[in-house]
Amino acid sequence: MIPAHSRFARRPLRHWRERAIEGILFLAAFSAVATTIAIVAILVYESLGFFEHAPLWDFLTDTQWSILFAEKHYGILALISSTLVVTGVALLVAAPLGTIIAIYLSEFAPHKLQETIKPTLELLAGVPTVVYGYFALLLVTPVLQNFLPDLPGFNRLSAGIVIGVLIIPQLSSLSEDAMRAVPMALREASYAMGATRLQTAIKVVLPAAISGIVAAYILGISIAIGETMVVTVAAGQQPNFSWNPMEPGATITAYIAQVSLGDLPHGSLEYQSIFAAGLVLMIMTLTLNVTGHLVRRRFREVY
Amino acid sequence: MPAQDVQEIRQLVARRKRWDKVFAILGLLSMMVGVMTLLALIIDMGIDGGGRLSWDFFTSYPSRHAERAGILSAWVGTALVMLVTAAAAIPLGVMAGIYLEEYAPRNWLTNLIEINVTNLAAVPSIVYGLLALGLFVYQLDFGQSILSAGLTLALMILAVVIVVTREAIRGIPAAIREGSYALGATKWQTVKDHLLPYSMGRILTGIIIGMASAIGETAPLITMGALTFIAFLPPAPVESGFPYLSFDWLFAPFTVMPIQMFNWVSRPQAAFLENAAAAGFVLLGMTLAMNALAIWLRFRFRKRGNW
Repeated sequence: MIPAHSRFARRPLRHWRERAIEGILFLAAFSAVATTIAIVAILVYESLGFFEHAPLWDFLTDTQWSILFAEKHYGILALISSTLVVTGVALLVAAPLGTIIAIYLSEFAPHKLQETIKPTLELLAGVPTVVYGYFALLLVTPVLQNFLPDLPGFNRLSAGIVIGVLIIPQLSSLSEDAMRAVPMALREASYAMGATRLQTAIKVVLPAAISGIVAAYILGISIAIGETMVVTVAAGQQPNFSWNPMEPGATITAYIAQVSLGDLPHGSLEYQSIFAAGLVLMIMTLTLNVTGHLVRRRFREVY
Repeated sequence: MPAQDVQEIRQLVARRKRWDKVFAILGLLSMMVGVMTLLALIIDMGIDGGGRLSWDFFTSYPSRHAERAGILSAWVGTALVMLVTAAAAIPLGVMAGIYLEEYAPRNWLTNLIEINVTNLAAVPSIVYGLLALGLFVYQLDFGQSILSAGLTLALMILAVVIVVTREAIRGIPAAIREGSYALGATKWQTVKDHLLPYSMGRILTGIIIGMASAIGETAPLITMGALTFIAFLPPAPVESGFPYLSFDWLFAPFTVMPIQMFNWVSRPQAAFLENAAAAGFVLLGMTLAMNALAIWLRFRFRKRGNW
């Protein structure tokens, strides 16, 4: 029998303390779920108020968006078109560059060069987006105007190009990870058949890593869609339903930022409209992320 | 083999090798686009705004006169908001990471939490602004204050902190845990005396990267309704009389560096664009320095070896 004051006695307090700590840690982890629930609840709740005024059918089919005027139109397509144009331009810039950089870093670059280039790309990813916005408005647009004299001061082209540069680091680093995960034996087999580095990279490594690369593109698109400051500064503030990148036009994110900058009475139609726009944005990025997740799972080559 | 065939094969090999070289050059050029952009950003801002950088620029309030305007309220606001963000995101994120890596049973609830963490990392930052506007500003009635802003950015970087904490703890070999348990330590003692101290460096790296992205974040704070023109400072956190500490600043209106810069960019006068460039230069310097520190720290930890 061990006396109660002994060092070896059971200490119930210690047991309860462990349980309490586990409970606190669980609550901290659960805050991630709580945040998601809060986001969805707030977006849906305020959007419901918006759709009491704006018919859902108009919202989805009308091509004009003029909440702030007397004659109101509720066509979110006017904002979505700009978002898609900017994202398309961004992808045209980032996809080739990002993929080439990824292939180069994973298959060609000497170790020393990798060690210096990768941190530089990471630094590029850390630049605040408002700085990129300044860059798009005051450096890229004037340069483009040398080639395209008709380009207005605000346009979706320069915003798209700059967002493209902004997503290159994410795109290339994820693609590179996917290519690095391809087993060495596949490359060695290819070299043994007499293939060069480039042939191996394009005909063996790239197809084997394609699910990871597609997932990287999807993530890049999702970042481009949600990017706010570059388009707010450089792409213009008027909703504009068109597919011409040379024209100005407000994206979903730019609209939210622009309305928030003004005086925004709680509960007004403008107030509710930014939540409806946010809901559309959330649905778009969520769909993309789920697709990316499924692509990675569905088309993953297992070795 | 006939000599002619050998000749042809040699040519073929030479041609293929040439393509290798062409691609290598293409790869280098593509990377140069990235590096050049970074350089262009720094140089462009330095040239445009360098003339405005002086002591007065850091100690003056924004003003209607561009040449007298400064970033005093902006950098003070950034510092205070970051204080709130760090105070909220670091404990919450590290605790969540510890739970998921060390405590969580394999069940549907853990799966749900993990899916949510991945998902939160991919939510556009402006959506956090909408959450803040609806929840912090109006439901909880914190107003458009430093507290609301700090909490918003904390939620935004929470996923990053959780992920780096998990990776850091996962990197510790099982033998360390087993050694601790063998000596009779409880789970929490193992975590607090061994796992946490050994993974601190790597967690710190992740936190610095998260904070750097929070410093440059503009969209959620604009959406939340942060003011763009503030010509006063929040109440000081330290007082001369009892109880010496004051928390009134938490509920004060504020502006931050990127918003100040945005405000100047969106004005048509060239003089304000100079201010914008100068503010951008300072902001760029801050975030690049933080990221460089994190990269260097990571390099150091990797060099020190993996157990």
